[in-house]
Amino acid sequence: MTAGAHALRRVVALAPPAWGRLALGVLLGTLTLLTAVGLLTASGALISKAALQPPILTLGLLIVAVRAFGLARACLRYGERLVTHDVAFRQLAAVRSGFYRRLAPLVPGDLRLGQGQLLTRFVQDVDTLQHLWLRAAGPPLMAVLTALVAVAFAWTVLPAAAVALAIGLGVAGTVLPALTAALGRAAARRQAALRADLTTELLEVVQAAPELVVAGRGPEREARLAAADARLRRVAVRDALAGSVAIAGGSLVQGVTALAVAVVGIQALGAGSLDGVLLAALVFLALASFEAVAPLGGAAQHLQSCAAAATRLTEVTDARPAVRAPATPRPLPAAGDLVADDLHLAFDGRPVLRGASLVLRPGASVALVGPSGSGKSTLAHLLVRFRDPDAGTVTLGGEDVRDLDLDELRGAVRLIAQDDRLFTTTVAENVRLARPDAGDEEVAAALHDAGLGPWIAGLPEGLRTLVGEDGAQVSGGQRQRIALARGLLSEARFLLLDEPTAHLDPEAADDLLRDLPALAGRRGLLAVVHQARGLEAFDEVLELRDGRLVRADCGSSAVALSIR
Amino acid sequence: MATAALAVVATACILAQAALLAHVLAGAFLGGRSVGDLSTSLAVLAAVVALRALVAGAMEAVGRVGALQVMGELRAQLGRHLLSGAPLASAGERSGELATMAVAGVDALEAWYARYLPQVLLSALVPPAILVFLVPQDLTAAALLGITVPVVIVFLVLVGLASRARVQARWRALRLLGAHFADVVQGLPTLQAHRRARAQEAVLDKVGEQLRAETMGTLRVAFLSAFVLELGATIGTALVAATVGIQLVHGSVGLEAGLVVLLLAPELYAPLRAVGQQHHAAEDATVAAERIFEVLDRPAAAQDGTLPAPDPAREAIELRGVAVTYPGREEPVLRDAALRLHPGETVALVGPSGGGKTTLAALILGLLAPDTGTVRCGATDLRAVDPAAWRSRIAWVPQRPALLRGTVGENVRLAAPGATDDEVRAALAAAGALDVVDELPDGLQTVIGEGGRVLSAGQAQRLALARAFLADRPLLVLDEPTAHLDAATAADVDRAIARLAAGRTTLLVVHRPELAALADRVVRVAGGTLAEQHAAEAVAA
Repeated sequence: MTAGAHALRRVVALAPPAWGRLALGVLLGTLTLLTAVGLLTASGALISKAALQPPILTLGLLIVAVRAFGLARACLRYGERLVTHDVAFRQLAAVRSGFYRRLAPLVPGDLRLGQGQLLTRFVQDVDTLQHLWLRAAGPPLMAVLTALVAVAFAWTVLPAAAVALAIGLGVAGTVLPALTAALGRAAARRQAALRADLTTELLEVVQAAPELVVAGRGPEREARLAAADARLRRVAVRDALAGSVAIAGGSLVQGVTALAVAVVGIQALGAGSLDGVLLAALVFLALASFEAVAPLGGAAQHLQSCAAAATRLTEVTDARPAVRAPATPRPLPAAGDLVADDLHLAFDGRPVLRGASLVLRPGASVALVGPSGSGKSTLAHLLVRFRDPDAGTVTLGGEDVRDLDLDELRGAVRLIAQDDRLFTTTVAENVRLARPDAGDEEVAAALHDAGLGPWIAGLPEGLRTLVGEDGAQVSGGQRQRIALARGLLSEARFLLLDEPTAHLDPEAADDLLRDLPALAGRRGLLAVVHQARGLEAFDEVLELRDGRLVRADCGSSAVALSIR
Repeated sequence: MATAALAVVATACILAQAALLAHVLAGAFLGGRSVGDLSTSLAVLAAVVALRALVAGAMEAVGRVGALQVMGELRAQLGRHLLSGAPLASAGERSGELATMAVAGVDALEAWYARYLPQVLLSALVPPAILVFLVPQDLTAAALLGITVPVVIVFLVLVGLASRARVQARWRALRLLGAHFADVVQGLPTLQAHRRARAQEAVLDKVGEQLRAETMGTLRVAFLSAFVLELGATIGTALVAATVGIQLVHGSVGLEAGLVVLLLAPELYAPLRAVGQQHHAAEDATVAAERIFEVLDRPAAAQDGTLPAPDPAREAIELRGVAVTYPGREEPVLRDAALRLHPGETVALVGPSGGGKTTLAALILGLLAPDTGTVRCGATDLRAVDPAAWRSRIAWVPQRPALLRGTVGENVRLAAPGATDDEVRAALAAAGALDVVDELPDGLQTVIGEGGRVLSAGQAQRLALARAFLADRPLLVLDEPTAHLDAATAADVDRAIARLAAGRTTLLVVHRPELAALADRVVRVAGGTLAEQHAAEAVAA
């Protein structure tokens, strides 16, 4: 928990809440709870006093109090909800932008497997933190303040009753929430593996059902699914029963406390140390003040998940960035070649590049082929400084790219990754990403050059067509061409295209590869492709083999290429 | 139903607790009785308190266990549905999301069963019970409460209706903002490449603040419904307290009755307030179930044939006048398609993606029945054939073969669970995949699939070919992978396919001309119709 507390402190430092509003919210929440307690307590006193049949006028103050409490509670609650929700929304906005700022320099960094999962988890964790004040930290604060006032009031009336109330509230406010949180934690731990197991089992059935059916394994799979389900359910039922004990405990403590207050009150009444008018008021006070501790079980669980989220988030953002921007960048050279010289790079001790050299000239086109996993994409990443080589240099116009401003470099050397993201907006906005000041006509021209002219023309919404979440509404080929259009729209001097034809039909792929060098125009073009076919239009075809670049048609790694 | 029975007991407990507590307090105050005099009442009160706690716990338990059962039953139905009719997954189906929701959805469902549903029942039971109970004790107070409850409910509904559209629009906007953040974070590499990462910081700040301001505007109205509820509840209680007080002064009501009224007034409104609070939980719960029902509603192919399966090694497979339209689509994917597969021949299907090639394969596999026309083997319509028996004559290598969690050996044995290790190795050798397996740390025992070792697309494809070699079936349906293989791997796979097709009736779905060259005949599938093509033409294309 200390690690969690530490991480939470760092979250507060990164995205501090609006302290004034938070205090106001807690104050309003506490007053809301107290008016409810006051309403019942005053009512109890009013009725008891009325039962003695005094002149009605003597009841006036209590009647006014009862009505005031009755009116105030709803108004206070309304104000509290507005203020705390406002705090929560501000918190959400602050943690989102705070963590985004921390994450951005770390990406792409080590482009490893599971980065997508890591980012998904990151988004979920950031969103969890929006509950930090409204649901995790707020209720305990309000509960403590309310309980203090209620117990203090009881103390002035009858100390013994105050002690009983303090014990009851203490148990309901600390032991039970801790029990609830511990049970929840234990359940999550016990169920995690079984849930993951069942999810995998189910996922396989969802994804591979046709294959399983054709292979005749349907009935067996059904049985396996049922068995995994039963295993999870056995544990989950036990956990559900344990969780119910905490709920029963909450109700029991409230009832027992009210009973205890009644007993000590009746005894004090007999001993003459309590005004009988206040007996019912004390019991009502005890019953009503438990409203304050009721949400604490949930709050404990929220606090736990916030701490866990904060721990994971700080672990992510504590990573060392793969590249560091220079403190005082050198000006971007106005012209010149993009040169990779003797690049070496190893992943986990496995060498990927072993002396790869390459010269890319403006207006020239190079195709880079090689078996999958040979490091072609990695080479492209080094050219835009998504990471730095272990040894060797990349220079642009004679300047080491490590001395250039990252954004200026990536403006001049534009990488279109194979999985370039399509954002949930229109086709036009997705393309315009590459050059925000481009007009619609330029965007349309880029899409046309990328081979999407007829498609756009056939769409009722044209350029304004929405692409869906990460391009869910467009085909793989269209997606790839939209990404290509980004490159064509950009003012980059060099275009690096990673697998621009991976999702195209073979005929379409051949057509595109034939046209690409001309489309690149005066830019230098490096296209990473998996096929050695249809590359006649390129000035040069290189193969990445054993970590070095060789001329593909030579076919021998002995002829290391030095095209300088 | 257990929850309803528990709700009845809970209602009785609420009434009993109030009556007993009032009895004890009034007896001690006005009657001057001591704890000893009241011991019986106090003991019964303690028992009621314990019972009430027990019922609250039981309601939670019954609700949560019920949710587990419902979710388990839904998952079982999902599995049974997919594994019997096996409707083809529609394109872009988020299968991971579906599976996750089918498991984690139980959390949302628990909230519904354990918290929302009991409160709805209590809302229906508790207020009338309290009112009926109060009528003989204090008619005025009962009437007062009896009026406020419907007034509160009416106001609640009115305010709810007035703000519903705006509130929903707001929650949608909030969800959109969440999606936007996810979009931006997941697209960070792309933003970095296009040097837009820093610009997004300002965008995030701006839309976050704008949305907060707009949402708070809506919430000011939306929270009014809760305000009305609270106001009704507290004013109701305050009015009743004052009225009872005045009646007490006049002596028309006793103290005990007055205390009962006061204790029950907040209980009257409590379940209504709880329903309001749990409303969102109820909406979340339906999402998980709906996602599963969407899949269950997809019709499965008919599975009621009983005839023994004809042998495709001896009889030709023939499609005649076949038309297929997928549900929800206007254009048929196949119209009036005809195709004949002679025993032992290899036919390649070529054509643009989306032209109907995969649908043809599904028809022959019996995963799909034609809307019109017939698919026969010899003289037998496949619809009349026992589907399991027919499929036991087919080996199928789909475009993206699934690697199942388990060892390599288990994966290769998919269609031949009883095969020996030697047979598995022979199949792997035939598929050109033995080197893949020998490179793995534990050979055939290496665990692959989810959580195991990751294989490349080319390796997965060769493993799937090994499955087909091991299954050794007379009919082979093979969908060429579009996932790009490098040239050397592609050549390996082509050679393995050629060996596999030899001597079998083979349907090849082909994307590359190199592979079409293996076929005896090439059929072009485009726009839902089929046209014979000369093999040489296809290669040249």
